Amino acid sequence: MPSNLPRFPARLRLLPLLAALPFLSGCGLVVLDPAGDVARQQGDLIVLSTVLMLLIIVPVMALTIFFAWKYRASNKDATYKPDWDHSTQLELVIWSAPLLIIICLGAVTWVATHLLDPYRPLARTAPGKPVAAEVKPLDVQVVALDWKWLFIYPEQGVATVNELALPVNRPVRFRISSSSVMNSFYVPALAGQIYAMPGMETKLHGVFDKTGEFEGFSANYSGWGFSNMRFAVKSLPAGEFDKWVATAKASAEGDLSRAEYLKLEKPTHKEPVRRFAASDPQLFDAVVNMCVEPGKMCMHDMMSLDAAGGAGIAGIGNVRQVTYDKFAARGTVDAARWSMRYVAAACSSPVMSNDRPDAKPVAPAMLKGEGLPVPAKPERTALSAPAATRPMS
Amino acid sequence: MTPHPAPETGPILGKLSLEALPLHEPILVVTFIGVVLGGIAVLGLITKFRLWGYLWTEWFTTVDHKRIGIMYMILGLIMFLRGFADAIMMRIQQAMAFGGSEGYLTPHHYDQVFTAHGVIMIFFVAMPFITGLMNYVVPLQIGARDVSFPFLNNFSFWMTTAGAVLTMISLFVGEYAQTGWLAYPPLSGIAYSPNVGVDYYIWGLQIAGVGTTLSGINLIVTILKLRAPGMGLMKMPVFTWTSLCANILIVASFPILTATLVLLTLDRYVGTNFFTNDLGGSPMMYVNLIWIWGHPEVYILVLPLFGVFSEVTSTFSGKRLFGYTSMVYATICITILSYLVWLHHFFTMGSGASVNSFFGITTMVISIPTGAKLFNWLFTMYRGRIRFELPMMWTVAFMLTFVIGGMTGVLLAVPPADFVLHNSLFLIAHFHNVIIGGVLFGLFAAINYWWPKAFGYKLDVFWGKVSFWCWVVGFWVAFTPLYILGLMGVTRRMRVFDDPSLQIWFVIAGIGALIVAAGIGAMLVQFAVSIWRRKELRDTSGGDPWDGRTLEWATSSPPPDYNFAFTPVIHDLDAWYDMKKRGHQRPVDGYRDIHMPSNTGTGIILSGFCLVMGFALVWHIWWLVALSFAATIVGAIYHTFNYKRDFDIPAATVTAVEEARTRQLAAGA
Repeated sequence: MPSNLPRFPARLRLLPLLAALPFLSGCGLVVLDPAGDVARQQGDLIVLSTVLMLLIIVPVMALTIFFAWKYRASNKDATYKPDWDHSTQLELVIWSAPLLIIICLGAVTWVATHLLDPYRPLARTAPGKPVAAEVKPLDVQVVALDWKWLFIYPEQGVATVNELALPVNRPVRFRISSSSVMNSFYVPALAGQIYAMPGMETKLHGVFDKTGEFEGFSANYSGWGFSNMRFAVKSLPAGEFDKWVATAKASAEGDLSRAEYLKLEKPTHKEPVRRFAASDPQLFDAVVNMCVEPGKMCMHDMMSLDAAGGAGIAGIGNVRQVTYDKFAARGTVDAARWSMRYVAAACSSPVMSNDRPDAKPVAPAMLKGEGLPVPAKPERTALSAPAATRPMS
Repeated sequence: MTPHPAPETGPILGKLSLEALPLHEPILVVTFIGVVLGGIAVLGLITKFRLWGYLWTEWFTTVDHKRIGIMYMILGLIMFLRGFADAIMMRIQQAMAFGGSEGYLTPHHYDQVFTAHGVIMIFFVAMPFITGLMNYVVPLQIGARDVSFPFLNNFSFWMTTAGAVLTMISLFVGEYAQTGWLAYPPLSGIAYSPNVGVDYYIWGLQIAGVGTTLSGINLIVTILKLRAPGMGLMKMPVFTWTSLCANILIVASFPILTATLVLLTLDRYVGTNFFTNDLGGSPMMYVNLIWIWGHPEVYILVLPLFGVFSEVTSTFSGKRLFGYTSMVYATICITILSYLVWLHHFFTMGSGASVNSFFGITTMVISIPTGAKLFNWLFTMYRGRIRFELPMMWTVAFMLTFVIGGMTGVLLAVPPADFVLHNSLFLIAHFHNVIIGGVLFGLFAAINYWWPKAFGYKLDVFWGKVSFWCWVVGFWVAFTPLYILGLMGVTRRMRVFDDPSLQIWFVIAGIGALIVAAGIGAMLVQFAVSIWRRKELRDTSGGDPWDGRTLEWATSSPPPDYNFAFTPVIHDLDAWYDMKKRGHQRPVDGYRDIHMPSNTGTGIILSGFCLVMGFALVWHIWWLVALSFAATIVGAIYHTFNYKRDFDIPAATVTAVEEARTRQLAAGA
């Protein structure tokens, strides 16, 4: 290393590394080279944060090697100061250098976390392409079953298993839940993941800006058949998507009724793609409220009863032994018979998803980060099942 | 669909029956035969050489913190071999299962393997290793004769062992949990895990947790109350400081784990609905609670090793530690901040953007004191005279490896990045990067550093270097592919794969695991060779082979039962360095009787009862639960009436021991 080129080459040596990143992404790093605007921003953020941190990591690693070499015991020429153990200036530097990096990264984090909040309706479909006010996102309801995925298209009235077709360049709003255990809904090419949890609903917004065939899967271990819990994802031009809907409507599988759903949710794995011509419009809300089974009280009813002070002593008696074999199907027979109880339905007031306050699109305004209104905050009415819509907030 | 239906419950054997033995799993049958033959050989040798009495009186019943420390290390090592066997099994399965191949493990078996790997590596490898290390070193570093509660120390060790044994029993009787190492409900609830696997998980952790918590209390009290005169808090060695903080974290966080598991137990055993889907249960609450324990746990593991690196860097650079005060405050900062970050483990469960940003930023803030520590080690090396003995090699390897793990950790703390990397192999690579690069490398530094103190001879350098290079190279070969696979969107805990282009990366990772295996092999050879050549490797310096700086190097190697004939008086941070500099003369007469605690078998007996109780609870053998519970309580009460708890080492004995050392020192000089 010629010593008349101080520092400069050290910085240059980094460049090939950074230049290598796009090449790496060519060989299948879908996280860094996705097909959707949201995932692309997330991937870019990974690169940005990495570069920001390398600003301090690289000097530290270089110094470690340099000091280890320079001050080796055999090098008697190096200065040796056995009692030197303090320097206020140096201490200031070593605390403030990481602090500065973290301040930058923290600011980026705050803004990006709000911008890319999966609950936030999309403001653009690609850089420089804002979503027009009249464009309504495509609604897709996602249910994680043992061990397959159910997709319900309320607008189109169709439903599929293990196949997710989406029109390119149209924002999509996923409403996500699960029938039994926790899974995580993840299409790396489209957008980040979000958990699918029983009795709860999570949301995700995303958009494809390229057509193509991709893969989605569960990113949270969910038991025996987890490895095969994968589904095909197709990003189609608008016309192709309509054709796809038409084929689904002509499917011989028939309708996805509640009874059909109860059959479908039984554990299977390596389930082939299935398409249903029609779907019970209240099915998803029944899944979230855990009352697909006939005669079972929905959670929102239970909550409104509880909000009104509960049903008193009478409520205690309103518990039935489970008769459906949802649990038996996963192996529970007698081990937990005593715990297999449910609250019987007393009254029922179905909530159509279109009546829910969070169904309305939010105007895509400039997003600044701080002080943003919480998107789609549901009103606390007994019928809107608030606790079920957004856990932990 | 699910391979094993839930068994019937009988009055005598509970759920236990011959079907619980995994005779249909050839891998387990062969392992079982191996374990039985190996076990018979070991027991036979112990009997042949009439070692039972020796083991019982000198080791099993000992209350000497040094021997308990060594037993913890042995427990950690044995469990490490089991945990690593699980790792190799996973790597082989994932390298095979492509293009329609199912690999060689069924889901039922594979899911147990990854669960057991995680649980064993954290609870029964890393925890015993760090507890053993703190047990051995802390009392010596503060000039104490033992810990504050010697019997409790023995009891803690045996409870940890009982938890490990119960976990090991699950290999051959019944099954282990198939839930992942944190057993998230509803999957771990009775509805979805009706068999005994999760019960083994619960009771193994609960029994070991008693040991961990008690040992945490013990070490806190020891550090606060038993320091040698003159050793103010700001004159404590950094390892003692980091141990203090780690034990504070243990005492503050393990009760949360215990309580969370109790709630899960109630759900599984008596039909409560804390974490069920129905009837008002909240599975997310479990996730929330378990990570309030789980994140501090990460720092429990790594903090003591930060202390080790400080000791090693300072000693082998022949220099005072740079920025001791800022090191201590950095440790305290990490201790406090570790409680403010747990939510980053579940950004993807639907928290709002402000909540996620808050926890993301607090997580990043932890990297500031951690970064300051790294700089402090760096500037300790600056203008030093660095001797690259094995402990120092491990420390430099740690510094270079850990910064990468730290960087990917901060990356995962950025919530939008976490949305694409959560649960991916990138995450797996990250935490192995910090746990292997931080905790294990630190342990290896510590073992090489303190071995001569514990046994009086150094470890063999050649095999140590072989092990070092295999580990460092193997680690990067095994985990770089996982980082790349994570960026390819591959998630964790997968048993089979569709995309054939991924296979090459898993094959490379498998080769890395084999190189690591060679590193472990070399380390075992290193121990064996060193024991064999112990006369040649004998430390002739009279207990201070590295030119050490802290008090443990002031006494002989191995230290006498009473550690120090006279309690030293401390004037400086690097107490022993200071004593050497001031021309300290070792007192050679005027010895007095030394008051010491007596050995007791109560710890091992009570833990034995608890082990039986755990097994009976797993299998619902209620009469045995009642019996062993009663025995535990009665045994504990009976022990309180044992008044023969202490004795005096007569001055004559102390004189004999110390005079032997005087002769040894004279011979060495």
